[in-house]
Amino acid sequence: MSDFLTVSVLLATIASAIRLATPFLLAALGETIGQRSGVLNLGVEGVMLLGAYGAYYATLRTDSVMFGILISLVVGGVMGIAYGVVTLALRAEQGISGIGIFIFGLGLSDLLFQKQVGTPTPIDGLGDVAIPLLGDLPVVGEVLFHQNALVYVAFLLVPVLWFVINRTPFGLNVRAVGETPEAADSLGVSVNRTRYITIIVGNAMAGLAGGALALELGIFQQNLTNGHGFIAIALVYFGAWRPIGVMAGAMVFGLVSATVLQWKTLGIVVGTTASIVGMFPAVLTILVLVLVSRRTGQPSALTRPFQRGH
Amino acid sequence: MESVPTHQPLVEMDGITKRFPGVIANEAVDFDIRPGEVHTLLGENGAGKSTLMNVLYGLYHADEGEIRLRGKPTIINSPSDAIENGIGMIHQHFMLVPTLTVAENVALGLPSARRLLQDLKPVQERIRELSETYGLHVDPDAYIWQLAVGERQRVEIMKAIYRDVSVLILDEPTSVLTPSEVDDLFITLRQMTEGGRGLVFISHKLHEVMNLSDRITVLRGGRVTGRTTPAESSRERLAHMMVGREVRLAPRRGESETGQPRISINDLQVLGDRGTPAVEGLQLEVRSGEVVGIAGVSGNGQRELAEAMSGLRPAASGQIVMNGIDTTHKTPKEIRRLGVSYIPEERMRDGTIGEFSVAENLILTNHDLPPTSRRGFLNFNEIETSCSTLVERFTVKTPSLETTTSNLSGGNIQKLIIARELSGDPKVLIAAQPTRGVDIGAAEYIHSVLMDRRSEGTAILLISEDLDEVIGLSDRIAVMFEGRIMGILDREEATVHRLGLLMAGVSEQES
Repeated sequence: MSDFLTVSVLLATIASAIRLATPFLLAALGETIGQRSGVLNLGVEGVMLLGAYGAYYATLRTDSVMFGILISLVVGGVMGIAYGVVTLALRAEQGISGIGIFIFGLGLSDLLFQKQVGTPTPIDGLGDVAIPLLGDLPVVGEVLFHQNALVYVAFLLVPVLWFVINRTPFGLNVRAVGETPEAADSLGVSVNRTRYITIIVGNAMAGLAGGALALELGIFQQNLTNGHGFIAIALVYFGAWRPIGVMAGAMVFGLVSATVLQWKTLGIVVGTTASIVGMFPAVLTILVLVLVSRRTGQPSALTRPFQRGH
Repeated sequence: MESVPTHQPLVEMDGITKRFPGVIANEAVDFDIRPGEVHTLLGENGAGKSTLMNVLYGLYHADEGEIRLRGKPTIINSPSDAIENGIGMIHQHFMLVPTLTVAENVALGLPSARRLLQDLKPVQERIRELSETYGLHVDPDAYIWQLAVGERQRVEIMKAIYRDVSVLILDEPTSVLTPSEVDDLFITLRQMTEGGRGLVFISHKLHEVMNLSDRITVLRGGRVTGRTTPAESSRERLAHMMVGREVRLAPRRGESETGQPRISINDLQVLGDRGTPAVEGLQLEVRSGEVVGIAGVSGNGQRELAEAMSGLRPAASGQIVMNGIDTTHKTPKEIRRLGVSYIPEERMRDGTIGEFSVAENLILTNHDLPPTSRRGFLNFNEIETSCSTLVERFTVKTPSLETTTSNLSGGNIQKLIIARELSGDPKVLIAAQPTRGVDIGAAEYIHSVLMDRRSEGTAILLISEDLDEVIGLSDRIAVMFEGRIMGILDREEATVHRLGLLMAGVSEQES
């Protein structure tokens, strides 16, 4: 009996870890593609909040989860255009601009929520989708293939992004622009056009990550993301700017978060202890970044605006 | 080369004027490129050579003037426009992505054979074919960071050939090559012109210009000051056109008596930035009144040697004795106090603080000593007097002592450093690339100052990549290759050819 409980708890934890890793993964993959082209976006958190609110509000009004997802992508994309104008056209300092985007997203999402919704109203979030055949597999099927649609999307994006970066002419442009923009420019590759695309796509993914969080929880509140976006940035460093590494990092965080959550639900940790244990993911972020300080794989042109002839 | 075809020029640039804030970089410059020729643009740094070619390559827009390609007026707005029109450029600083392979660097910016998929196979094959045809040995699968400088340049040329350019601009392509690599490069370039391509060779090295060019256009201060051919000209006449007055190409060597050893280096080993040995088993002696030149392609341990001698980099083992005292483990300050001066190769990074004023930079090495400061306070009257004297004596052209140093020209910043380093009457001088990137006038002056120090008994270690400079100034020449001294030649027996072999790592016994 107790064995059964342990195994089922373990399986539930893994399933929940995958679910919890999804927003991290979506946001971190988006940040990865931006950074590979040489643009640092510290505003992921703000974009996630706006995406989360957009998805929540759209779903609340239309009862269509699909529409909510679409809105989170659009909101993220629009934020990407804004960030692109600020950092590419106006060549503003990327670190500072990103903090601006964060504060903007934090404030605006709450303002809109207070004005448009006011009292927290739950929505019907994303339902689980069982994958035919694979979902019927014992144990594995239950854990891996009974998840919501965005979980599949996020994990499918890992090989897709790898392929785009490493096996397409566009990906070659991205890598060149992130390392030596002058070289790319001298061969007729438009540095800023490449970066606009990566930033808009990356921010759309951050928006989607926020949407995934809101639709998973079925609710919106002030600062719903609670640091997800910042951890996502850390995951890019942890994953050494490679999609597969980023996925590994997202899973580690998913597992830690799921375990903490599980302990709380089962009453293993309560009160102050629970709050302290709740800090684990944050502590882990710092530890990971200290340990992974080699920075091999960091794009050389990261945070450096490009201007021809300079 | 009298066989210059008289077809329609590939490129005609008419009355090109390009202004930057406060400077006219090009003023009504006419320039053309014919098929099958090497047309040299000769001039000092800042004469406007690179600007003119950057206009042709679409990196800058001309304020006035017209560009015609094969007779047709064309507007070139960007490098992509230039590439589409068959114009390629090899920049002074290589435009390669170190983390990508040779094939990826070549394929960058080109449409892939399989549209959305990057298919490198045909690229690799074509690179191998072209390697054969042009004798340009490059491995398409190698990563750029794995390649030596000479190989990287072959990749740059490969990029241009692969794109089948009809006009290729080469901006100072020889500055990083050994003499034998330069020979190979010139063979390749000649081969390229035989196919009807037109090449622009940007340079300030007179013997190379005489060697390679079909026609020569000389720029000074943004204007054309001469058009000639090697047959009608000489190095002296070219230098005159570049500088606008008579120039002494070989420095005047005064009398000098060599005395006791002032620098003795014994079995020195120094580690480079990556922790691998950069200097190994180095043995060297410099006497008072003697100039010993260190020749070699950069990156063979010269910088690490200079830094170890000046105390900026620890010696892993071995011994450095200067002015009779073991300085191996002394700090830069202690070493300076022993009468050792150092002219670093990176004048903006190591030689001066750009944001400081001229006076502040001049007192960097003695600001904590009387009379410059007393009891912890700077003595501004004294600073003003001594700095004015130095600026005057070393002909540093500056509006005032308070001028921000980074606003001065390269030549004047270098003179400022030399003024500071020579003001204390040093017994030992380590001079690394003392004239790199400075105009001929300043270089001529710096050379004469160094020769004066030699006559006054200073022991000078001259590290330079400029062979003419090394041969012109040194009493003995040591060639460094991969951290070791390949051989030491006396001034009389040093020829470019012999030095070139040593620089390429071929010892005298082998050759």
